[in-house]
Amino acid sequence: MPDATPPEDSPRRHALDRPPAGGLSAEKRAEYWRRNLRLVLSLLVVWAGVSFGCGILLHDWLDQWHMPGSGFPLGFWFAQQGAMLVFIAIVFFYAWRMNKLDREFGAEED
Amino acid sequence: MDIQTWTFILVGLSFALYIGVAIWSRAGSTKDFYVAGGGVSPFANGLATAADWMSAASFISMAGAISFLGYDGSVYLMGWTGGYVLLALLLAPYLRKFGKFTIPDFVGDRYESSTARVVAVVCAIFVSFTYVSGQMQGVGIVLSRFLEVDATTGVLIGMGIVFFYAVLGGMKGITYTQVAQYCVLIFAYLVPAIFLAIQMVGTPIPQLGLGASLADGTPLLDKLNGLHAELGFASYTGGSRATVDVLFITAALMVGTAGLPHVIVRFYTVPKVRDARRSVGWALLFIALLYTAAPAVAAFARTNLLQTVSDQPYESMPEWFTKWETTGLVVFDDLNGDGRIQYTGPDAAVANELEVHKDIMVLANPEIAGLPSWVVGLVAAGGLAAALSTAAGLLLVVSTAVSHDLLKRTFRPSISEKGELLAARISAGVAVCIAGYFGINPPGFVAEVVAFAFGLAASSFFPVLLMGIFSKRMNRAGAISGMLVGISFTAGYILWFKFLHPELSTPENWWFGISPEGIGTMGMLLNFLVAGVVHQLAPPPSPAIQQLVEDIRVPKGSGPAHEIEA
Repeated sequence: MPDATPPEDSPRRHALDRPPAGGLSAEKRAEYWRRNLRLVLSLLVVWAGVSFGCGILLHDWLDQWHMPGSGFPLGFWFAQQGAMLVFIAIVFFYAWRMNKLDREFGAEED
Repeated sequence: MDIQTWTFILVGLSFALYIGVAIWSRAGSTKDFYVAGGGVSPFANGLATAADWMSAASFISMAGAISFLGYDGSVYLMGWTGGYVLLALLLAPYLRKFGKFTIPDFVGDRYESSTARVVAVVCAIFVSFTYVSGQMQGVGIVLSRFLEVDATTGVLIGMGIVFFYAVLGGMKGITYTQVAQYCVLIFAYLVPAIFLAIQMVGTPIPQLGLGASLADGTPLLDKLNGLHAELGFASYTGGSRATVDVLFITAALMVGTAGLPHVIVRFYTVPKVRDARRSVGWALLFIALLYTAAPAVAAFARTNLLQTVSDQPYESMPEWFTKWETTGLVVFDDLNGDGRIQYTGPDAAVANELEVHKDIMVLANPEIAGLPSWVVGLVAAGGLAAALSTAAGLLLVVSTAVSHDLLKRTFRPSISEKGELLAARISAGVAVCIAGYFGINPPGFVAEVVAFAFGLAASSFFPVLLMGIFSKRMNRAGAISGMLVGISFTAGYILWFKFLHPELSTPENWWFGISPEGIGTMGMLLNFLVAGVVHQLAPPPSPAIQQLVEDIRVPKGSGPAHEIEA
């Protein structure tokens, strides 16, 4: 999709009173956005994998094994604890990776 | 000292703490009032979000529900935490960059439509009131059970406290009070859990205790499955709900969580986009601290309950049993007249004689396990912290919706800063009173409306926000038609099965076996579908709006929230 040119006259909204998207060039913005989307999609696959996958669809099948050294049937563990632990890891990983990507593209806040 | 004295002391101390914090951090401007001046650190905001999110339902009811549902209770655990992943990856950073105060702000500006703004305001108010009446009721239950004041006095005390810090302090007061409330509630939840874990499986970490073994070497969960099989209940770790329903309910709770206005607004209060990203992580970590302990508490409580009551003479029941009987939350009916309690499931040959309400599991747990009386008092203080912190957050959404979205942005744009702040305080005050009324005279359908709240958030807010950020082409026609179809489908399905024909609400009658609790997922998919088709028929949004979408995708250039008032 072509990038819209900023309107000449001062628009009513605050966001447009500043240089658009922090003054990044259109190519840089597109590349930054593409990398962000790729990261988001891969993390969402993990998110769905541990919850909908291991916790629900594969729950009965996984229950034939136990977490090593504990009384947890594996599928039950994913549903009641494991998925949540992975969620936390996903969110912190995304924050860390994106904050790095911001710096790489000079897209971070001043 | 007895339980009641301990409860008075601990609840009194915690209330004094909240009031002290509220006085120290009162709001001086509308930005303070709406978004705490946008200057809250991501860590503190994570703590506040966790307290805001964890309500009376999480603290009092969730472990109890899991205790009775076993594996099927996992929908709450995964659903109410998985939503934060969606929030962190798909919404929070962009809405923070957008930098206004509310969801209706974003919806109205992005789609250039006052109609969309007003629809969003109405949904936000409805969802918030639904929730808040449940909190006030929770306050009433705790105060009346532990302090033996009547429920009405209990609710009035709760209203007084919330009024004080929500109306004076706004978001700033609420945020710092919530930080204190998180500390109280997590301490109150984990202390009895730790005691129980040591008592039952000999480990001080309840999260690990769930997978540990009892003194005789049998793993706790195996023991529980064995007891369940013996008494004719469904397998504890296996569950009995249809897989498709579990899938849809979990998804609806996840998406609904990510779309709830009182959660989203919390990420407007941090200074920068990168803080918003990190802040979701902290919030989720603090929430998971309680949510991973809950299934352990549930399993401990279940085992304790089955061992205490099953096939025991009624005469030998401990004090807590008869105490809760007087509240009607424990009901024993000696059907076969043998003087013993037969507590059995649907697959057993012997008829069940005992009904135990799920809400008492957490509250009665310390007594069932014979823990010291100060622990019981602590649980009361924790339950109140959970209910009050959530109530305050929701009341703020209501007052912001009225003073900012309706007055300032829709009907009276000329209103002064001072006038807006006064309007915000008055509407917060009115909202407290209405919530209190519902707390004292609870509509019989609180549990049903909660399904409504999540369904509506899932089928309206989440898709409309997501498409507004991730599609530059999405326009007013697409968004509004999607929202209307999503909301009417979801609301219609829930109304039909929950209110008009509750007798028909069985898996055979549900569409594709999806219960009303899970139908929000279907509503969301319909919303996406309709919006996807309709937006192609109308012209793309104006260049200014496409520019706005470009802008929110890049963190650079975001000012502190308080400098970007329109």
